[in-house]
Amino acid sequence: MSEDTKPPAPEAERPPEEEQQKIVVARLATTRELLREITTGPVMTAFLSLVLAMVVGSVMILFTDEHVRSTAGYIGARPSDFFDAVWTSISGAYEAMFRGAIYNSEGLDFQARIRPITETLNFAAPLIMAGLGVGLAFRAGLFNIGGRGQMLLAGAGAGWVAINVDAPTAIHLPLAIIAGMVVGGLWGGLAGLLKARTGAHEVIVTIMLNYVGYYLVFFALSEQNILQQKGSINPKSAPMPDSAVLPKLLGVRFNLHAGIILALVAVAVTWWLLNRSAWGYRFRAVGANPSAARAAGIDVGRTYTTVMLIAGGLVGLAGVNQVLGTVTSGVSVDLDAGIGFDAITVALLGRSRPLGILAAGLLFGAFKAGGFAMQASENIPVDIVLVIQSLIVLFIAAPPLVKAIFRIPVKEAA
Amino acid sequence: MKLALRDVTKRFGTLVANDRISLTVESGEIHGLLGENGAGKSTLMNVLYGLYQADEGEILLDDKPVHFRDPGDAIAAGIGMVHQHFMLVPVFTVAENVMLGHEATGRFGILDIDAARKRVREISDRFGFHLDPDALVENLPVGIQQRVEIVKALSRDARVLVLDEPTAVLTPQETDDLMQIMRQLKESGTAIIFITHKLREIREAADRITVIRRGAVVGEPPPSASNAELAAMMVGRPVELTVHKDPAQPGPAALTVRDLRVTDDDGHVHVDGVSFEIRRGEVLGVAGVQGNGQTELTEALLGLQAHVEGSMVLDDVELRGRSVRRVLDAGVGFIPEDRQGEGLVGEFSIAENMMLNRSHGKPFVSLGTVQQRALNAFAQERLDQYDIRASGIDQHAAQLSGGNQQKVIVARELSRDLRLLVAAQPTRGVDVGSIEFIHKQIVATRDSGVPVLLVSTELDEIVALSDRIMVLYRGRVVGIVPAGTPRETLGLMMAGEQPEGSAA
Repeated sequence: MSEDTKPPAPEAERPPEEEQQKIVVARLATTRELLREITTGPVMTAFLSLVLAMVVGSVMILFTDEHVRSTAGYIGARPSDFFDAVWTSISGAYEAMFRGAIYNSEGLDFQARIRPITETLNFAAPLIMAGLGVGLAFRAGLFNIGGRGQMLLAGAGAGWVAINVDAPTAIHLPLAIIAGMVVGGLWGGLAGLLKARTGAHEVIVTIMLNYVGYYLVFFALSEQNILQQKGSINPKSAPMPDSAVLPKLLGVRFNLHAGIILALVAVAVTWWLLNRSAWGYRFRAVGANPSAARAAGIDVGRTYTTVMLIAGGLVGLAGVNQVLGTVTSGVSVDLDAGIGFDAITVALLGRSRPLGILAAGLLFGAFKAGGFAMQASENIPVDIVLVIQSLIVLFIAAPPLVKAIFRIPVKEAA
Repeated sequence: MKLALRDVTKRFGTLVANDRISLTVESGEIHGLLGENGAGKSTLMNVLYGLYQADEGEILLDDKPVHFRDPGDAIAAGIGMVHQHFMLVPVFTVAENVMLGHEATGRFGILDIDAARKRVREISDRFGFHLDPDALVENLPVGIQQRVEIVKALSRDARVLVLDEPTAVLTPQETDDLMQIMRQLKESGTAIIFITHKLREIREAADRITVIRRGAVVGEPPPSASNAELAAMMVGRPVELTVHKDPAQPGPAALTVRDLRVTDDDGHVHVDGVSFEIRRGEVLGVAGVQGNGQTELTEALLGLQAHVEGSMVLDDVELRGRSVRRVLDAGVGFIPEDRQGEGLVGEFSIAENMMLNRSHGKPFVSLGTVQQRALNAFAQERLDQYDIRASGIDQHAAQLSGGNQQKVIVARELSRDLRLLVAAQPTRGVDVGSIEFIHKQIVATRDSGVPVLLVSTELDEIVALSDRIMVLYRGRVVGIVPAGTPRETLGLMMAGEQPEGSAA
């Protein structure tokens, strides 16, 4: 995470030359301040939140474990039984998660052993894309809660082009991807425009646009002459033609498709946009201090609209990824699979930095892949993964709580 | 009652805000506490008032050590505090405000407002405050609101009264009245700690003076000390208090404002029929007590106000109706009054702040990409040229001291080709050394032929820099007078009185 984690150097005033003693003290203070900034800064908070959430998750795993409960009944007589059970339960759970998410040492052949990591990447791709869309909006001071609607609209748009356009892959696929991103962008930009023009709060607007988008897509999928599969009565489109499907990266034995590459490209582009471009500069200025931005001649309203256009496009890419990559059997109203909301968590955990979002997306992808394995082999409800994810957000949203638990000194206001 | 602070030390992390500070104030004495912003005066008083706990040292009342866990303890022990920002409920009456926090109740818990009224009248009469206990606080002028704060403290039998920068919001006349009140309180045996950074006032009022710099006591000069001596002690080096400038060589009119009227969203008029012009190479000072339309006037010029009537023509270009960006493009430089709110992005680096109003093109943006190298070179150059004390151009603006933050803004604005400089409160909350520097820059800008609109609530600053002075009162121009106009006249004008022969 090299991007804008510049080492903070809080010594504002250089002491005058005559006070040599004080310079030494100041230098010492600078180093210490630096260390404290790193340890108490948001990176550390995010990491500690993760640790804390996994600890609490462990406790919940124990509560669901039959064997742990029965040994707890005679803990006074044979405590070792209880602790053995605890150890087996927790280590088993996280081991299963590792097997499901990274590397399965029990696999029959090499391909079976590395299959988990490819699943993780597949789950991670849309989380990263949508996480970037939410994170970008965060940086401009906007809460984009409209991930679901943006994904659905984008998926429907990409699906429509895929079904109704006939062209070779080299044209068909990019066209479908771009169409999806444009539709998603417009849906996001609508929220930005409403905020810029009328002052309507983007949280309310994006949440409500989720419903509007949902029923709009539902309607489109129920109309024969729009998106519904010919001759079907289900609200579902026809399957995607091969020329508009994201290619599989490792052959037919793996699900992994080119979506992860699109995700990496999106990370790179977003990083450049935020940290190197004039647009990104203005996004960040508006996000950090809209009054100063306005007084410096930056059009805050237009910036809101632009940010939401791009954010919607990025979230839309996640919808495209689902329709053209993960579930190619046709567009349906549940294509977002909760990703639109998980993206908020990913963006928060990634501190709204593109590289942070990449890491957080991979982590959550691993949680998803590993969660299924945990349920299958250890009989631990897959919901425990959701609990851990939710706890992470809770701890991140309440940094003083994490700081209090780990006894990190909180700066007193002077 | 005698109050003594002995070796009080307060640390925030590695920062030592108060370093073994000792001071004594006897009853019937005014003790002036002098220091720059950030020297540790307010921290010390917050320790005294129980808001902070001292890390070391002790507080003695009549030679007995006391320990305050919260302001309630301090009040009970007879310490009263009048904060710089008043702690009054605007929609309550004077009596209601005075009883707030120690409400006396009659049978069935009914408030005994009559007792509070009586108490207000009693104290008010004793010191000649002329307070109406039933007046709503929001309808009272600032100077009178301050008296309410003082009565509030006295009604709790305060024997030690702390006044934290009490003159910051007052007109010169109100300041004189406050000095009078302080003398009366002193004669009645109250011990007063008077915190300020204004040399004139401390010499006039204080019996004893303690100067604090960087959290430590640096001297206890007699009140007979000269301004220069006090300033040198406060800053730590000799300071030039007067601004050296040659007589203005005004050219043709550059900015012509006619019948400017600024209304807010609720229809309140903040600037009402203001007309003036500024010539090239001239500083027009806008004097007035805070809140008399100065903010709205500067914001209207910049295109930051929504409802503006009249005309503002800068070198044949009508500014009214232009977006902020197009106003800036027309050559207007702007030093906003709220440095951290409008002047800087705190979490941006110094370099990033340097391009805040130039993010749309040359020299810092090309093909939509920020030209890091050009920006860094520019920032480094300005850092040296403006003597901005920072660890480097990557340091976040929020971590700089007020004076250095302001220098970043001044450097940014003066680096463009200007046709007009609008400077609002350019030295508010800025250390003396930086004030000196910023004033020189403003004069240099004037001398280069740029017209300057200087808005300040500090009369000293207006008098020192302006070639002509426009006084605003309730959004109207009271008069535009020459720079040599006596302070007394200006003070009266700031209170809305039209002096003879000075009609605009």
